[in-house]
Amino acid sequence: MIIAAANSYLERAPLEWRDWAVNLLPVPLQWLTHHLITIVGVLAVFGLFFAFTTVAERKLLGRLQNRLGPNRSGVPKFSILPWHLKHKLFGLTQPFADAIKALTKEDIVPAAADHVLHFLAPVIVVAFSLMTFAVLPFGRNIIPVDLDAALLYFFAAGAATELAIFMAGWSSRNKYSLLAAMRALAQLISYELPLILSVVPIVLVAGTLSTKTIVVNQGFWTFGFLPHWFIFTPWGAAGFLIFLVAALAESNRSPFDLPEAESELIAGHLTEYSGFKYALFFMAEYFGLTALSGLGVTLFLGGWQAPCAFLEFIPSYLWFMMKLVGMIVFFIWVRGTLLRLRIDQLTRLAWQFLVPLALLNIANAAFWVLTSHWSGPLQLVRWAVSLAIVVIPFLVMGRSLTAGYAPRTYRYAP
Amino acid sequence: MTFALILIAVLMLGSAAAAMLLRNLIHSALLLILSWAGVAMFYLWAGAEFVAFAQILVYVGAISMVVLFAVLLTRQNQVADMLIEPATRLRAISAFTVGACLAAVMASAILSSHFRPPAAAAPATDVKQIGLDLMQHHGAALLIVGVILTVALLGATVLAATEAKRNREDTP
Amino acid sequence: MLGTGIIKGLAVTAKNFLGSYHDPKRMVTVEYPEQKTVLPENYRNFPFLIAENAADPMGTLRCVACQICEKECPPQCIIIEKSKDKKPDASGKMQLYPAIFGIDTSVCMSCQICVEVCPFDAIKMDKVYEIATTNRFEDLFLTRERLAKPNSYYHEIHPLEAAEVDGRLAADRKAAEDKAKAAAAAKAAAAVAKPTAPAAAPVVPAVKPPVAGGPTP
Repeated sequence: MIIAAANSYLERAPLEWRDWAVNLLPVPLQWLTHHLITIVGVLAVFGLFFAFTTVAERKLLGRLQNRLGPNRSGVPKFSILPWHLKHKLFGLTQPFADAIKALTKEDIVPAAADHVLHFLAPVIVVAFSLMTFAVLPFGRNIIPVDLDAALLYFFAAGAATELAIFMAGWSSRNKYSLLAAMRALAQLISYELPLILSVVPIVLVAGTLSTKTIVVNQGFWTFGFLPHWFIFTPWGAAGFLIFLVAALAESNRSPFDLPEAESELIAGHLTEYSGFKYALFFMAEYFGLTALSGLGVTLFLGGWQAPCAFLEFIPSYLWFMMKLVGMIVFFIWVRGTLLRLRIDQLTRLAWQFLVPLALLNIANAAFWVLTSHWSGPLQLVRWAVSLAIVVIPFLVMGRSLTAGYAPRTYRYAP
Repeated sequence: MTFALILIAVLMLGSAAAAMLLRNLIHSALLLILSWAGVAMFYLWAGAEFVAFAQILVYVGAISMVVLFAVLLTRQNQVADMLIEPATRLRAISAFTVGACLAAVMASAILSSHFRPPAAAAPATDVKQIGLDLMQHHGAALLIVGVILTVALLGATVLAATEAKRNREDTP
Repeated sequence: MLGTGIIKGLAVTAKNFLGSYHDPKRMVTVEYPEQKTVLPENYRNFPFLIAENAADPMGTLRCVACQICEKECPPQCIIIEKSKDKKPDASGKMQLYPAIFGIDTSVCMSCQICVEVCPFDAIKMDKVYEIATTNRFEDLFLTRERLAKPNSYYHEIHPLEAAEVDGRLAADRKAAEDKAKAAAAAKAAAAVAKPTAPAAAPVVPAVKPPVAGGPTP
């Protein structure tokens, strides 16, 4: 069953088409073409994915808030064509309208701004956000670059984007932009630690930093329908929750969107950016979110593995996309639900709550690895102890950190 | 192969030199960060992927933040960055002398050392191998570094916690 | 437990999302201009003139150009010019009519004072909000051609008010008719009784008391 699905035509199609295109060219150009096709493929797929994420987010947020999202942008009337599509296509062409708007807006740069840095900041942030896509396994054998230290590469590329945010804030020559850039930096640095620490248990258990191997390690099913994804283990579930919170904070997304909220110092470090540069920052945020969601899918949700053995006829890259869409929908749902956190609440959450829990989770994963030879009724003990290591500190810390604060009472006007 | 190396070397040395020569402190800091990125590129050229990514993660991701925060939080004056004292002839002669002596020492050291061509094949740069090496051959150093980092981390957490206790009254 | 509030919040928004597809209470958007909100009965925006007969709106205006609304209008946005001739109104009496009746909608604040002071129920509040135009001065000044709308239209937009006004006008007309009939009957009775009485009764002209008006407020 597994072998049959791994060799089905749909499964092999992307790689076979790429090899066919590469073989059309002479040997000296083949290495370049191979990688160019990969790059163009990733850019095209994730560029379109970004476009439809923006419109899906607006429509989803609308429905969560009892209203419709954008549904008016159809297709423009091209006067050379004799017919005109009147249907508005449910507003799905909105991102293209937004792109045209961003491209044609006037690019205002403050006179006192540092022009070189002001120009470089969006470029760097988009470049490094895109570079993180290189180590995500989108399907069986579909990975742009197969690195041994893939996870380290991912976090290194993500860390460089923080520098660009500082450059954006400083080069605007605006006190408030600088202040907001400092706050954004504080937020990003605070949440780097829980993000990386929540991933360390995976590395411990899988024994490798390579994302491809980690996905392959999650490929078994008990009784044919219980997948061995890491999220279905106690340390994996705790790690996934910490990863979710840290991923939301790393991509400056609600409820951690203090750096770019409208009521906070206008637009924070993006105040002096207009037109396409603003769109580039926006794009970098979404690319970062997609990359982190992709990493979460890879590490915790089994990557391109199907949840049950008999669902393997759906190609692996479709499974990856479906799980990615699921995670992004969850992030949009969280955005539409939760209130924004203040900067001191943010940093307190990271340093006093998430970091200790993540460290305990590493100990938990170590326990899991050391007791992997237990079997039979000892398996239950193993699961119980692992759950206890995760749940008890969570409850205790939750209670002690919120001690002294009474539950919020709401008083409404009569 | 050597063309790439020359390019990386020019980038590293050029950005380091520019970092020293520029008057704007923030530009200097950013060019320093660029030279650290150049070091990472050098590691990649040499095939040490793990070290290269660790270099970017640590230097460009974290130490650069520390440098920039330090620069920004201690800036006295936006316009006049640093008072550079006037260059007299005595200063010029003494600077040249010191520089020449240093260059002589380094040149003699480099020229008198023998760089053997690699006899055996390059060692395995598998991450697993690096991990085993660290844990087995260099276990003591790793433990000491780990203890230092843990103490720093705990200190940061304790600082954050005690800070919170003092300001308990005015935060919801 | 930490996190229960978040889960409850997520449940609320999920209910919102799922309800927005089938429950009208959870989808408040009205897609203008294809759909329009139902305006309440008492909504008002700019006045209009009532014409009794839809077939001849200019000829059957209830307005008699008494110019009370012009004088009472706070921003003075009504312009009236009386006609030179008279036309019969709904009860047959000869009345003046407005040759020019204009409302400047860029000034009118829909305060309804003109409606309140009109003794003839000739001007009532309309519900138009889509009268935007590209011509700033001419098209925002509504003349009586655009202001005259039939009574049936008034019933459509303000059914309860229109029913009350019509009832009142009908009752007044009936009272006037009955009074006229009673006066005619009394006159007839007096005319019948008159030849029997001596005809040399001096007719004392009634002395009208001086009009005690005083200074007009």
